[in-house]
Amino acid sequence: MSHLIILPIVMPAFIAPFILMVIRHHLDLQRIFSVAGTLALVGVAFALTGQAVSGDIQVYELGDWPAPFGIVLVLDRLSALMVLLTSLLALAVVLYAIGSDWDKRGYHFHALFQFQLMGVAGAFLTGDAFNLFVFFEVLLIASYGLMIHGGGAERLRAGVQYVVYNLLGSTLFLFALGTIYAVTGTLNMADLAERVAALSAEDTALIRVGAILLLLVFSIKAAVLPLHFWLPGSYAFAPAPVAALFAIMTKVGAYAILRMYTLVFGPNEPVSAGLVAEWLLPASLLTLTVGMIGVLGARDIARMVAFAAIGSMGTLLVAIALFTPLSTGAAVYYIVHSTLATAMMFLIADMVIERRGGALQPAQRMPQSGLISALFFAGAIAMAGMPPLSGFLGKLMVLQASYGLPQQTLIWAVILVTSLVAIMGFARAGGIIFWKTLEPEEPDGTSGEDDAIDQAATASPIAALPFVACFGLLAGLVALTIFADPAMRYAEATAAQLFDTARYIEAVLGSTVK
Amino acid sequence: MEILVASAIAVLTTCGVYLVLRRRTFPVILGISLLSYAVNIFLFSTGRLVQHLPPILIKHGHTSYTDPLPQALVLTAIVISFGMTALVVMIALGAFLSSDEDEIDMKDTPESGEAQ
Repeated sequence: MSHLIILPIVMPAFIAPFILMVIRHHLDLQRIFSVAGTLALVGVAFALTGQAVSGDIQVYELGDWPAPFGIVLVLDRLSALMVLLTSLLALAVVLYAIGSDWDKRGYHFHALFQFQLMGVAGAFLTGDAFNLFVFFEVLLIASYGLMIHGGGAERLRAGVQYVVYNLLGSTLFLFALGTIYAVTGTLNMADLAERVAALSAEDTALIRVGAILLLLVFSIKAAVLPLHFWLPGSYAFAPAPVAALFAIMTKVGAYAILRMYTLVFGPNEPVSAGLVAEWLLPASLLTLTVGMIGVLGARDIARMVAFAAIGSMGTLLVAIALFTPLSTGAAVYYIVHSTLATAMMFLIADMVIERRGGALQPAQRMPQSGLISALFFAGAIAMAGMPPLSGFLGKLMVLQASYGLPQQTLIWAVILVTSLVAIMGFARAGGIIFWKTLEPEEPDGTSGEDDAIDQAATASPIAALPFVACFGLLAGLVALTIFADPAMRYAEATAAQLFDTARYIEAVLGSTVK
Repeated sequence: MEILVASAIAVLTTCGVYLVLRRRTFPVILGISLLSYAVNIFLFSTGRLVQHLPPILIKHGHTSYTDPLPQALVLTAIVISFGMTALVVMIALGAFLSSDEDEIDMKDTPESGEAQ
């Protein structure tokens, strides 16, 4: 039994208290340890993905208690990919936070950041439903701290909304788990899958309630309409690096839906017949529509990106809600794209806000306008799903997956029209920000200042870090496009593994009789 | 006993939902606390309600026992909800002190550029 699986949880869990207790007054040391910890996480995640590629499902029994009595961590293709995605995103975000001095604007940024990574990695790796709740709480507690990082009245009030909303979600989660436990007597996911499948069709009333409650909880996290309204406020007011990191938090909800509703309440089980896909598909189409209309209607760049994040989740959930191997493969591919693109847009939005303010009104030309506009252009192409970046391939895969299904016309119409709306929204915002510039008030001094700032940005390595982070995320998107073939093969293998529930169950429960 | 516990959960949940829908933060936090009490009792009852039985198996003793797992779950849930409540009180207090308002809804202020 390899101990590598637990490292993504244990490592941040040690680094965070160390930062908090030993080096709390030394920002430089905090930065070094935070970056080093994140780099190590990237390394571990690559090693884990390398192990998962073969298709073996690894099980780690905590305290050597056999499943289903103890808690297990399970590493399969999906969880390995999600941990890898988390670590890469975290690296970009922590570099940005250091370069833009966001971590100086409050206390304990790096400690909370590491705790957040611990929670996210744990949520992806765990094979136990109650443990999933615990890791949700870990990542939420850290996110509360990060959300109000830097303070300010507006941000604190948005933070209250965010916390209250998520506390309600946690309560609902517990109700769902209680209901499921009352029926099945287990919370281990593999064991749950076996027992739910064994239930006779007449006994499923209560478990169906549990399944729907659980879907509601994950929908809150994934910001599915009509449970999305916490997202624009929270993301728009959160510090930019935190909002970029939160791009993975909505994906935690999507991951949980993907995991629970293929494994436990699978599409072919009598329990979930007429329950999940029938509700999730229209809801996600609505999410997509409202998100992209929000992009067009927003008057503030941070809010615009938040709505783009909702729209992106909508596309992803359309792919998930179809519950076919083909569509799940598309969803896995799109998850990676959506996380990188959303995070990149939040970081670009922050650069714009720092330089000229976030309101979508004509303002003075900002320093480094050319470079940022190029980044914005690339990010907008990715978010809207235009060629040549991976958003286009992802959307194409979703369209292809819905080809021939009865809902095909509706899905194609919604995805194609919302893409057009998104393109218009981004074009409008980009036009206002980068082209409709006002004449500077003092024509003599400003151009010199611009050059000075430009020079400062290139001279100091720290000040260039935000661009390194953004270009890193862009490089991820480009790599996802160039290496689309291996990525798609990995995604399809992941989908095949998700639908092969028998092997998952055998991997987890079979190890009891070793 | 079942009817008593069930109605207690129902009353707590009802009051909690009502309070959560209020406009100011203080009743909302009270509502969340009530909801977390309701869910704790609910979790406790998912192991079936029995009286005078130990939560462990005793060798050569009783063969019947009560399910210990929900009790462990409740313990975890209590700790988490306690910590969360303390946290939300602090954040709400900070928000109230810095903005002099304790309404949950945020008004759209023109200077922040949020006009939706």
